Amino acid sequence: MTAVDIAVVGAGPAGLSAAIEGARSGASVLLLDENDKPGGQLFKQIHKFFGSREHRAGTRGIDIGTQLLSEARELSIDIWLNAEVCGVYDNNELAVVVNHSTSKTVRAGAIVLATGATENAVSFPGWTLPGVMSAGAAQTMVNIHRVLPGHRVLMIGSGNVGVIVSYQLLQAGADVAAIVEAAPSLGGYGVHTAKVRRAGVPFYTSHTVLKAEGADRVESAVIVELDKDWNHVPETEKTLAVDTICIAAGLTPLVELGRSAGCHVVFEPTLGGWIPAHDSYMETSVPAVFVAGDIAGVEEASTAMEEGRLAGIGAAAVLGYYGADERNALSQVVWNRLDALRSGPYGRKRREAKEVLLRAGENAT
Amino acid sequence: MNMRVEDHPILGVLDNESDGVRVVVDGEALQARPGEVIAATLMAHGRSVFRYTNRRGEPRNLFCGIGRCTDCVMTVDGIPNVRTCVTVVRDGMVVETQRGNGAWGRCDDGR
Repeated sequence: MTAVDIAVVGAGPAGLSAAIEGARSGASVLLLDENDKPGGQLFKQIHKFFGSREHRAGTRGIDIGTQLLSEARELSIDIWLNAEVCGVYDNNELAVVVNHSTSKTVRAGAIVLATGATENAVSFPGWTLPGVMSAGAAQTMVNIHRVLPGHRVLMIGSGNVGVIVSYQLLQAGADVAAIVEAAPSLGGYGVHTAKVRRAGVPFYTSHTVLKAEGADRVESAVIVELDKDWNHVPETEKTLAVDTICIAAGLTPLVELGRSAGCHVVFEPTLGGWIPAHDSYMETSVPAVFVAGDIAGVEEASTAMEEGRLAGIGAAAVLGYYGADERNALSQVVWNRLDALRSGPYGRKRREAKEVLLRAGENAT
Repeated sequence: MNMRVEDHPILGVLDNESDGVRVVVDGEALQARPGEVIAATLMAHGRSVFRYTNRRGEPRNLFCGIGRCTDCVMTVDGIPNVRTCVTVVRDGMVVETQRGNGAWGRCDDGR
C-alpha cells in the first residue's frame, strides 16, 4: 500500500497542472499514467496555441509539455508510468497495475481524475479497412513517430482537430484530398481553417463519406452531398482516390473511473456526453474526488490546464493545505482566465454547457 | 516503402537511425527507431495489414492509436492480442500478423 496526499490519474495537460498546483501547496503528489511517457496528447500538438499570453498562446503544445514536465520535476512530484488505474474504491483507494504485471494499491487523501477522452468513430461501409483511422492516431504517427499514415488523405470533420491534423499532415508531406463536413458550415477556428484553405485543400460542407473501398487497405472513398435533413442527395457522389481516411468527429470523455468512484454523472452533449457533475473547485459528488480536463467536458488543452490548476488547489484545500479564503482567492484567478477562454461565439456554447454541469455539481454535493 | 518523415518544417531533420533497433515481423527484420511503438515501425515500412479478423478474415490495422479500440493487436514474442499502438519496440522483438484470436507461442526467453 502506497499512501499519498493527492493521487492524480492521467499525466496530460490537466493532470500535470493539477499535480503541480497540488505540490505547490506542500502536499505530497503521486501522478499516474498508463503510457510509458508523460504529457498525454501535448507532445503531438506542434501548432501554436490560441488565446492570450497568460494562456501561453503563441507557444506550441510540445513546448508547453516540456515546461510542465520540468516544473513537475522541480517540485519532486512522484510519477508512475506504465501504471494503469483499474478502479477507485472506498476510502479513496486506487487499484493500479504497473508494467502489466504488478498489482498495487494507492490510498490518497484526495484524487484528481484527469483521464482525458477518446475520439468518436463514424461507421460507414469500409470503415474497418486499414487506412481508416482517427485523426488523433494519424497525428501521433506524423508528429511523435515521424511516420506518414498514407500519401493522400480524406479528412472527415472540419472542427479544430480536423483542420489542425490536416495541416500537420500537409507539413509532413502528405496530400490532403479534401475535408468533408456534414454540417452546412465549417467547425474550426478561422486561423486554422484558413491555413488549410490557403494550402489549396478543398472543403465540402453538407457532405459525408458514403463508403471506403479497397482490398487490403483504402484505395478510394466516395463522398456524397447531404440535404438539410441529413439525407443523401442522389447523384452527387464523388469518388476520391485516397489511401487514408481520418475521422475527426469529436471526442467522448473517459469517465469509467468517475463511475467506478461513484460520481454522479450528467449527460451534456456539447461537452462530449456523460460527464461527472462537479462544483467550481472541480470536486465531484464524491467527497475528495476531483475531475479536470476532458473527463470534465471536452474542450481544449488550454482549458484543461486551468481546470487542472483548480482541481489541484481544491484537492490541497480539502486536505487542509489551504484555508477557504486562500483557496477561493487562488481559484478566482484561475476562473478569470477560464472565463476568458470560454468567451466568443465558440466559447459561449461551452460556457453555457459547463454552467449546467456546475449547477448539477452544486446540487449533488 | 519508406513512410518516414525525414525532414519536417517544425520538427527538423530526423535523427540518424544508426542506434536503431530491429524487430522481426513475419520473419523479416525491420529497422525501428528506439522508443517508438510497434505500429509506427510497421507503418514506416508500408505494412498495412496487422491482423485478420476471426470470422470473416478481414484485414485490420491501427484505428484509435491510444490503446482503447484493440483493432491493431498482433502476436508479439508469442503473446497474442498485444496492442501495437501502445507497445514500444525492443531489439529482437518478434512480431507476427495475427489471425483471429491468435495463439500462444513459445517465447524466445522461455517465459
